[in-house]
Amino acid sequence: MKKIAKRSVRRGGSRGLWFLAPSLLGVGYLVLLPTGDVLRRSFATALSGQWAGLDNYRRVLENEAFRLAVTNTLRFLALSLPLLLFLGLLLALVICRVPRLEHFKAMYLLPMAIPAATVVLVWRLVFSRQGFLNAWLGTHVDFMGESSSLAILVGSYIWKNLGYTMVLWLAGLKAIPAEQTEAARVDGAGRIRCFFQITLPNLKGSAYTITVLSLLNAFKSFREAYLVSGAYPQQDIYLLQHLFQNWYTKLDMDKLAAGAVLMALVLGALSLLLQRLWNTTDAL
Amino acid sequence: MKKKIVNWMAAGIFLALGAAICLPVLMLVSGSLADGQEWMQRTAGYLHDTQEYIGWRWIPDYPTVEHYQRLLFYSPAFFRLFWNSLGMTGGILLGQLVIAVPAAWAFAVYRFRGKNLLFSLYVILMLLPFQVTMLSKYLVLQQAGMINTRWAVVLPAIFSTFPVFLIYRSFAGIPAELLEAARVDGAGELQSFVRVGLPVAQGGILAAMILSFLESWNMMEEPLTFLQDKSLWPLSLYLPEIAMDQAGYACGASVITLTVSLFVFAIFHDALEQGIITSGLKA
Repeated sequence: MKKIAKRSVRRGGSRGLWFLAPSLLGVGYLVLLPTGDVLRRSFATALSGQWAGLDNYRRVLENEAFRLAVTNTLRFLALSLPLLLFLGLLLALVICRVPRLEHFKAMYLLPMAIPAATVVLVWRLVFSRQGFLNAWLGTHVDFMGESSSLAILVGSYIWKNLGYTMVLWLAGLKAIPAEQTEAARVDGAGRIRCFFQITLPNLKGSAYTITVLSLLNAFKSFREAYLVSGAYPQQDIYLLQHLFQNWYTKLDMDKLAAGAVLMALVLGALSLLLQRLWNTTDAL
Repeated sequence: MKKKIVNWMAAGIFLALGAAICLPVLMLVSGSLADGQEWMQRTAGYLHDTQEYIGWRWIPDYPTVEHYQRLLFYSPAFFRLFWNSLGMTGGILLGQLVIAVPAAWAFAVYRFRGKNLLFSLYVILMLLPFQVTMLSKYLVLQQAGMINTRWAVVLPAIFSTFPVFLIYRSFAGIPAELLEAARVDGAGELQSFVRVGLPVAQGGILAAMILSFLESWNMMEEPLTFLQDKSLWPLSLYLPEIAMDQAGYACGASVITLTVSLFVFAIFHDALEQGIITSGLKA
């Protein structure tokens, strides 16, 4: 990797910029340029556009809906991400043990193709007051209107992304040189010790990509939550995205600007942290 | 012997779970074949909010294709939205090919000032949910007079940094010797890209395009926010408009929407897996 890079520098590394330029111009025009405007708005009053200092930020941080949405979003991520990563890895390990199962991976990938609105239709049939789950339990609970809505959201996220995560882990597992594990086994290390001392450390690089992609997909669960119960769902699944959407509809642009800046900063920091933690070899 | 039993059990659980995961699709197909009358009976409890449970039969009492007939022959709106979806998705994919593939190549092969910083920025932009960039996108699209036109949906998607991130990994896997050999043979920068880069990374590119397809075909927030004119909407926004008292019709519309994705999926799922594998590998 390093070697190519050096050679190309000698041949004029700036030529690479020609390949990047179209993308960079578009991103600059569509995202970076207006971000300046959003930043300005986050420090100004919504109507008159006068300088307001940190006023918007204070109002956002003191906002009860914002606090609720932050708590819910964090709780959703804290529940769903580890569970998805763990289950995906478990299934990938099963495939490694029984290679014939490779042919059936597609079953797990299928939900990726299903539109959010369709998922919602199934939710209604299963989880509504008259749905299958209630019929089975003999109760009449509105599962989407109770705190169980969070579990449903986590469940549908895992249902949708399990296959993708599994295939990603499988790729990581396959890239581990077999000699390493075999040598350890010969030395008398047990299966479990092998897993923790050889397999897991080797998966560090994949873990970075998988976490980033899973996080990206976690934010897409908003669609199901939004379609099933609109702008104001059961309060446990009122996510930051609901709040931003509602600010946008109510034309609270000052709060939206400040909120967006805050969330972008947090996600940016998180992404850099993940890169530092796991991408130690630094792919670039 | 013990090992064998464990393997069988693991395989059994794997297959059972996989089947359970596919169940909703079967439900939709079966539901789309039950006629309106039957659905009315099944969902009577739900529609009138009584104690009666939603009934379910895997095989409808009177199988019918009436929902499909209605969708395909008597619903001009459905057709228009179908073509809208196809047009927008096609535009997005084409644009991404032209924009994202070279960008990924630049990140993977060249070294220039600020590259790490730029790539980190691309990753962060990819992670930001739509609602965070909504305001800035709105501001720029409005200024350009593109709100309520297809461009409002297509243009931002073309410059999504997600495909750059995915394709980058496939290019980064190209061995240094291969590029060196091409240069020794006198290949220019563009030739190296076309002759060496593209063939090696085609699996990864295809996988990124499939993911982009699924994403664009099912997109919701962007058209909902930037397109007020419902005749411009994609198919993915037609589904939520159908109320539960037409559940059979909704199932049919779901199945048709899904079928297009399934076709793509059935044809390319090997490529998708291969591509996911390259994107998951450590560069």
